[in-house]
Amino acid sequence: MNADYGELLRALLPEALLVATAFLIVSLDLVWGRGRSREGRLQMAVLMGALGVIAAGVVICQDGVLGFVWDGTLNFDRLAISVRVGVLVLTGLSLLGTLGGRGTDQPAEYVALVLLATIGFLQMAVARNLLMAFLGLELASLSLYVLAGYDRTRPESAEAALKYFLQGGVSAAMLLFGFSLLFGLTGSIEFGEIARALVAQPPTALGAVAIGLILAAFGFKVAVAPFHLWAPDVYQGAPTSSAALIASASKLAGVALFWRLLWSGLGPSSGGAGMGISGPGGWVTMVAAMASASLVLGNIVALVQSNFRRLLAYSAIGHAGGLGLGLLSAGEVGPGPMFYYAATYGLATVGAFGCIAVVERNGRCETLVDLAGLRRRSPLVAGCLAVFILSLAGIPPLAGFFGKFVVFAVALRIDGLGHPAGWVALLAIGMSAVALYYYLLVLKQVWVVEAEVESPRIAVPTMAAWALVATALALLFFGIFPSLLLGLF
Amino acid sequence: MNAVPWLSLVVFLPWLGALLLWLWPKAPSGAVWTLSLAFSGSTLILGALALSCFDPSQSGYQFVERVPWIRTLGIDYHLGLDGMSLLLVLLTGIVAPLALIASLRRVARTRMLALLFLLLQGCALGVFLALDFFPWFIFWELSLVPAFFLIKVWGGPGAGRAAYTFVVITLAGSAGLLLAFAAIHGATGTMNFVDLARLRAEGELTLRLAEYGGTVPTLIFLGVLAGLAVKAPLFPFHAWMPPTYAEAPTGVTMFLTGVMSKMGVYGFFRILWPLFPGDLRDHSGPLLLLAMGGAILGALAALRQTDLKRMLAYSSLNHVSYCLVALFAAAGAVRGQIAAVEPALAGALVQAFNHGLSASALFFCVGVLEARGGGARGLNDFGGVRVAAPLLSLLCGVALFSSLGLPGLNGFVGEFLVFRGLFALSPWAAVAGTIALLATALFLLTFWQRVFHGSRSGVTAGAFADLDAGERAVLVPLVVLMVLLGVVPGLITGLINPLVTHWAASLPLS
Amino acid sequence: MSLLPWIPHLTFAGALLSLAAGTRSATAARVTALGTALVGMVLVAIGAVNFAPTSGLQTLVDVPWIQEMGIRYHLAVDGISLTLVVLTSLAAVAGILFSWTVEERVGEFFAFYLLLIGGVYGVFLSADVFLLFVFYEIAIVPKYFLIAGWGSTRREYGAMKLVLYSFAGSSLVLAGVLWTYGAGGADGFSLSALAEAATRLSHIETVVVFGLVFFGFATLAGLFPLHTWAPTGHVAAPTGASMLLAGVVMKLGAYGCLRVALPLFPDGFTAWQPVLGWLAVAGIVYAGLIALVQNDFKFVIGYSSVSHMGFVMLGLATGERAAVGGAVLQMFSHGVIAGLLFAVVGRMVYERTHTRDLTELQALPLHRLIPGAAGVFVIAGLASMGLPGFSGFPAELKILVGVWRVNVWWTVWAGLGVLVAGAFTLRVMQRAFFGQAGTDAAPVAESSSLAPLSLPEKTGAALLLGSTILIGLKPDLLLDWIMPALQSPAFHFAATKGGP
Repeated sequence: MNADYGELLRALLPEALLVATAFLIVSLDLVWGRGRSREGRLQMAVLMGALGVIAAGVVICQDGVLGFVWDGTLNFDRLAISVRVGVLVLTGLSLLGTLGGRGTDQPAEYVALVLLATIGFLQMAVARNLLMAFLGLELASLSLYVLAGYDRTRPESAEAALKYFLQGGVSAAMLLFGFSLLFGLTGSIEFGEIARALVAQPPTALGAVAIGLILAAFGFKVAVAPFHLWAPDVYQGAPTSSAALIASASKLAGVALFWRLLWSGLGPSSGGAGMGISGPGGWVTMVAAMASASLVLGNIVALVQSNFRRLLAYSAIGHAGGLGLGLLSAGEVGPGPMFYYAATYGLATVGAFGCIAVVERNGRCETLVDLAGLRRRSPLVAGCLAVFILSLAGIPPLAGFFGKFVVFAVALRIDGLGHPAGWVALLAIGMSAVALYYYLLVLKQVWVVEAEVESPRIAVPTMAAWALVATALALLFFGIFPSLLLGLF
Repeated sequence: MNAVPWLSLVVFLPWLGALLLWLWPKAPSGAVWTLSLAFSGSTLILGALALSCFDPSQSGYQFVERVPWIRTLGIDYHLGLDGMSLLLVLLTGIVAPLALIASLRRVARTRMLALLFLLLQGCALGVFLALDFFPWFIFWELSLVPAFFLIKVWGGPGAGRAAYTFVVITLAGSAGLLLAFAAIHGATGTMNFVDLARLRAEGELTLRLAEYGGTVPTLIFLGVLAGLAVKAPLFPFHAWMPPTYAEAPTGVTMFLTGVMSKMGVYGFFRILWPLFPGDLRDHSGPLLLLAMGGAILGALAALRQTDLKRMLAYSSLNHVSYCLVALFAAAGAVRGQIAAVEPALAGALVQAFNHGLSASALFFCVGVLEARGGGARGLNDFGGVRVAAPLLSLLCGVALFSSLGLPGLNGFVGEFLVFRGLFALSPWAAVAGTIALLATALFLLTFWQRVFHGSRSGVTAGAFADLDAGERAVLVPLVVLMVLLGVVPGLITGLINPLVTHWAASLPLS
Repeated sequence: MSLLPWIPHLTFAGALLSLAAGTRSATAARVTALGTALVGMVLVAIGAVNFAPTSGLQTLVDVPWIQEMGIRYHLAVDGISLTLVVLTSLAAVAGILFSWTVEERVGEFFAFYLLLIGGVYGVFLSADVFLLFVFYEIAIVPKYFLIAGWGSTRREYGAMKLVLYSFAGSSLVLAGVLWTYGAGGADGFSLSALAEAATRLSHIETVVVFGLVFFGFATLAGLFPLHTWAPTGHVAAPTGASMLLAGVVMKLGAYGCLRVALPLFPDGFTAWQPVLGWLAVAGIVYAGLIALVQNDFKFVIGYSSVSHMGFVMLGLATGERAAVGGAVLQMFSHGVIAGLLFAVVGRMVYERTHTRDLTELQALPLHRLIPGAAGVFVIAGLASMGLPGFSGFPAELKILVGVWRVNVWWTVWAGLGVLVAGAFTLRVMQRAFFGQAGTDAAPVAESSSLAPLSLPEKTGAALLLGSTILIGLKPDLLLDWIMPALQSPAFHFAATKGGP
């Protein structure tokens, strides 16, 4: 192995920066934070974290596309760069959202954990062999489990963490098992070589099992049915900014990882047209089925939710179906549409959770009714929340609309209704119509209904306000000029 | 002469009067009277002018105004005058002001009433003068609006319902007219009566309509028939008539029976016959049956009425039906019967004119009785009016006998001509008609005898004034005309004979 | 002409300005909104005066937008779109005038209102189907807030139903369009690109896709039996919104059918034609009969809108140039008339008497208490009945001319529909305004102080009445735009013999 450690270090400089920042934050808090207010410590931590994120982002942008690094172990292609930047942006926004929320007793550790999770996401974006993929995935997941349970004042948080951890652990085990089967079948852990080996082999039952296990892990990570069971509880129980991170950056990174794994690694088993084994026998059909199940289940169950966070969870499950659809078509047209959808979905979700955090700071924000009269309490938050919800609903000219549009369009482009993706696209269009109902219910509470009890005005902390507005504007901007993101590919 | 759009003036001057009244909300009563009568009377003046310049021997239209209006639909603003329309314009010019006077007496909100009346008059004139379906239909339909309000707002207790029925039934017929002309437009690209008549004469129209195939040409004919039949009215589409005439205020009824019913008859002559002579000939039998049925029914029903106004309403049905009887009989003429066609057609037109005069006079008389009686107008509510109000009796008597068809009065001329033609064209109809004549005589004489003769009873028992100045102003001109035209019928027949001859000559004979 | 592309964006800007102005005062918001609408109207007028009718779409703006998908920002206009743009400008100004008395959250109200109007303008001016769709959907959400926030009877239910139906309809359209794009391999979303792609679809696919796109748009047009959202929604909406919804937004659906569904999938249209015609006829008659038995004044008008839109859809269903031209004219005519009718019901009558129940209204001598409103309603009602002299008549005439050539039975039933329209209009006119006419009942003491028509009301009414009378007497003004546009080969009309 011709290891060029210099090249590796340069490529992984962002991760190094984040590690350094994490340590720095914890140390500074030990030294300086003793005796300071919670607010102060949080602000210091977040500020430092944001700086670290920005620095990492700058490095990534400066380096640009590096191609294969370290003998093909890591792949810094366009998608990787975009996803790394995207993850950093989402992480940054989640951190800023923390400033608007209720805060925590150990802010420094919290931010450090967030940064560690981010490192995991960054790794997931560039992994090109099974081991690195697992490494990144687990690094991120472990951090997220802890983050989910960070709120010691609420039992739901602990419950969420436990459920997340248990299901995550199982899914990790399945993934590992699948990986080992793959290694056994193909003799390599590198995606490219796996693909080549699979082309040479006939499809076997063992291969199908391996793929099935991998898909199960994928389903878990992105919250696709039927592996979605953790999502409602985690979204509801976890502290708001953790949930924001889980819902946005984790999905983006997860989708990127599995895109790489499934298409460049397992492409020959896809069963899609023109990829070696033709006919609907491969994982494409399975992903299509999972996506369909997600779309239906997520949107239908969301209709009856009265808890806002659970509603967002089920909507996330529905959107995961859309992400799965994006994944399917990425074989034909590349990862552009999928990235756009995931990134803009992430922005909208981060924004929505940011709004929840601000509302929580001044009262309760559990059920939909808690949102009543938000229009009066804070026009800013109400307006931004409307933008986020409408983007999730897919209303133009917001980015969510174009995300859905482009994913559906390229899905139908593959082979019309001859390919499963076409059918899933039609289903997704139908489910979008259904989804509008519950999104409007949220907006009804925010903009139409008056609060039962006299509720106090909400003062939004400045940084959080800027973050919310910037996110909303970004959604509008990317919605009107989607080429800015699509054109990256 | 040609530079001035005389016919447009005829139609729109009453509307101008209505506009002026609308723009003057605080007009005092005197002003309302003067303004409205002036504009209403303009029709007679212009009609007389037209009469003096009119050349009856010319068979086409005179004073024609034709300008393109809606190019994309091939529609023109087209007005024209021939003998028949001149006759009806004159009739309107005579009846309208008198009806207006009758309406304005002793009512509230005279300004509104006068405004609506002038609108109505303008519409009627538009119907008589328009020669393209689009403007014609505008006037035809628009006339319903003022009529509705005039009946409903100033009418009797059941007026609302009567007005509603009247409008709805007329609209139903108009829907048929609309559909039919839409089809005609689709086939030929024009809805102009003159052009279509020419197309029919050349045989083109049949060909074009046949392109629709199937029963559509017949449906078109039936559609036009329906629209006109409801207005005339032709039995059995007459159901709206008796309640409407009875509930409407006197002056309005005068106009309805005098002028508006002629709109329907005019439509038959101007539209149905020239465009569908073949269909009319083929269906002349059943149609003759219906028209005669209307005449007989009208007379018999009138016989059973005790409400004088209803009686006269049915009598109107009877008289107007004669016009239609004549037309249908003439349309069904065979080769040997040409000589009988001319009197029939001439009789129809003369009857239309004369009935307008006598019916409005009669309704006015009943109105006078009703006013004296405080709303009572039953046959048995009066008695011996001859003693109490001799002038009223004289004038009313003349009108009654004119309506009866007494020789020497105008009513006789029309009926005589119609029956003369009928005996040759359709003997059985003539025989049936005599039954109607007998019945008519019976109820009119009953009217005469019960109300005017005998001893003073009922309302007449108390104070019963004779005609006042206003009432005289209405009745005297009408009665004078009735007498005059009875003695010198040539005044009318001279106007229309060449036209009638021309029509007879262009009959498609079987 | 070149100023037309600014109108949607101007209107959106006006929405933001109104929102801001609303924080200062209600009057500021109203004036800002009215100003925006008037500026839009002026621009439309300039465009209209300079318009030279040709048979194709005249491009106003055409720049690449999202090149990865072949989507262009392409605005264009032809006689049909211009007619509807003119209608929108009229309805916008009138709607704002009749919303002058909105008191609560005025800035937000007019912001949503102008957002809706901007979206509508955008739809009529788009020549790229993606862009059309974007504007179409932009128009959806403000509807919800207008109805749920400022409406009356069952407003939340009505709002939700209306919006969900609209969105469901647009989802059907999206499915059809994307299917064409995908399966047909289109290189963009312009009308010509999609039309070309549609030729590559199999016959059965064309039939299905036409069904999706047509019925998707037809939902918004209120085609039977997809019309149930309309009466509920329009009744629930505040006056200005009802005027806009029934007057203009329903026309979006019909326009979509005409601009997108018919030209792109002619084979599909031929296959579906009998169904479409019968559904349209059913809508005309059914909605008319329902209107005849309603006891709520506003519901009568709501159902009458569905009935009149049935006429529009019937015209489209014939596929005959004359009838389609009539349908476009009817879109304009009904847009104006529906606006008038809702204005009378909501603003003139309800705000003064606080009732829409016909039985209650019948006991009031409204023709004497608010004679202005009575007069306006009489004229509007006559226009609604298709009385000659008003814009509905030439429109219905043209439609009937075309329908005769296609199916006799449709014509007969349509004629019945005309009659039913006459009947229910007269009935509601009688009951609402003239219940006490002919009696000398003195007005009840407390209601004798009904306010006379205010200046905004009079202006709005004059604007709309003037439009319907002008077009009624001189329909050439619009037909000279519409008929040449229908000559375009994109519409696949057969050359007709005999008559225009």
